[in-house]
Amino acid sequence: MTVWWILDIVLLVVVVPVVIYLLAGVLSEARGIVPSVRRIGAAAAAGSADLDAVPLLLTTQDQVIRTIETAANYGGSLDVILDDAREE
Amino acid sequence: MPAPGVVLILTVVAIVLVLVFFLVSTIVALRQITKGLDEAIASVVEIIEKTAPVEEVVGTINQYLDAGVDLLEGLLVKKAGMRDAVGLVDGLYPGAAEAGFRNFPESTEITAPRISEVYTKGTLTLARLGREAPIAAASPIGGAVLRNVTGGSLAARSLYPEVRQTRPERLDRSPVTGTDSPVQYEPSDSPGVRRRLPGGTAVLDDPAPARWASSVARRRRPRRTTHRALRPPRRRARRCPP
Repeated sequence: MTVWWILDIVLLVVVVPVVIYLLAGVLSEARGIVPSVRRIGAAAAAGSADLDAVPLLLTTQDQVIRTIETAANYGGSLDVILDDAREE
Repeated sequence: MPAPGVVLILTVVAIVLVLVFFLVSTIVALRQITKGLDEAIASVVEIIEKTAPVEEVVGTINQYLDAGVDLLEGLLVKKAGMRDAVGLVDGLYPGAAEAGFRNFPESTEITAPRISEVYTKGTLTLARLGREAPIAAASPIGGAVLRNVTGGSLAARSLYPEVRQTRPERLDRSPVTGTDSPVQYEPSDSPGVRRRLPGGTAVLDDPAPARWASSVARRRRPRRTTHRALRPPRRRARRCPP
């Protein structure tokens, strides 16, 4: 009978607090991850929204091509109408 | 049932209840994490999809820009010469001479002439384009001047009246004016007519300006102190009866 009482006391005084402590720690860490994950999701969504202008790079590409072509045309004309520098 | 057995059963039941509570809460938290990660992964997938063609497009843009740089550098060096080209670029972007031209490694060894400190960009442009500007005589490039600077300057004198054109030394000296000037002139009542010259001599030899001035005074126009009002009147040719 005494052994049973000792087991009960050990169970109540040692096992139960340890179990509660460990489970509480796991739960608090799991709940602490939730806001971080939400912030990650919000940042990824914002980053994705910022990249909505990426298709405009195609327009930029066309403009750059036209600009360089125009500069090449002017350069060709200048090459014709201007004398080259004299060799020193 | 003995009392210790009842206490043991109650303790085990309590432990199970605590386990259920914490584990269910943990499961809920993990589900929230999973949901958040799913959203984040979806956004990351969008980012990957949107940025997929960027490399190709930016590569094409860089390719054309590189071609443009090659074109402009080559043209500048070809037309202005390496030394002046480095000077011009360094004048526009101070310190760029140290980096030199990308396609001309030898440009880093050239000491850039201080072109922009002496001449403006427009003057430099004129000096480079054919050396027809007078400033081309002092051009750092040291090329031949196509225009006779001295002759060009004398030719411009023909635009002025004859005395100034051929005998500029006979021109009257400009009067010294101001409150501290050695000769004080009294203000006139009418344009072109002085009350009295500083030496006390006659006012004007030509009566025509006086007549003009009196007619102006009779009109009582508001006096304007512009250069046009101080100009002598023009003589109109009058035909007198025989």
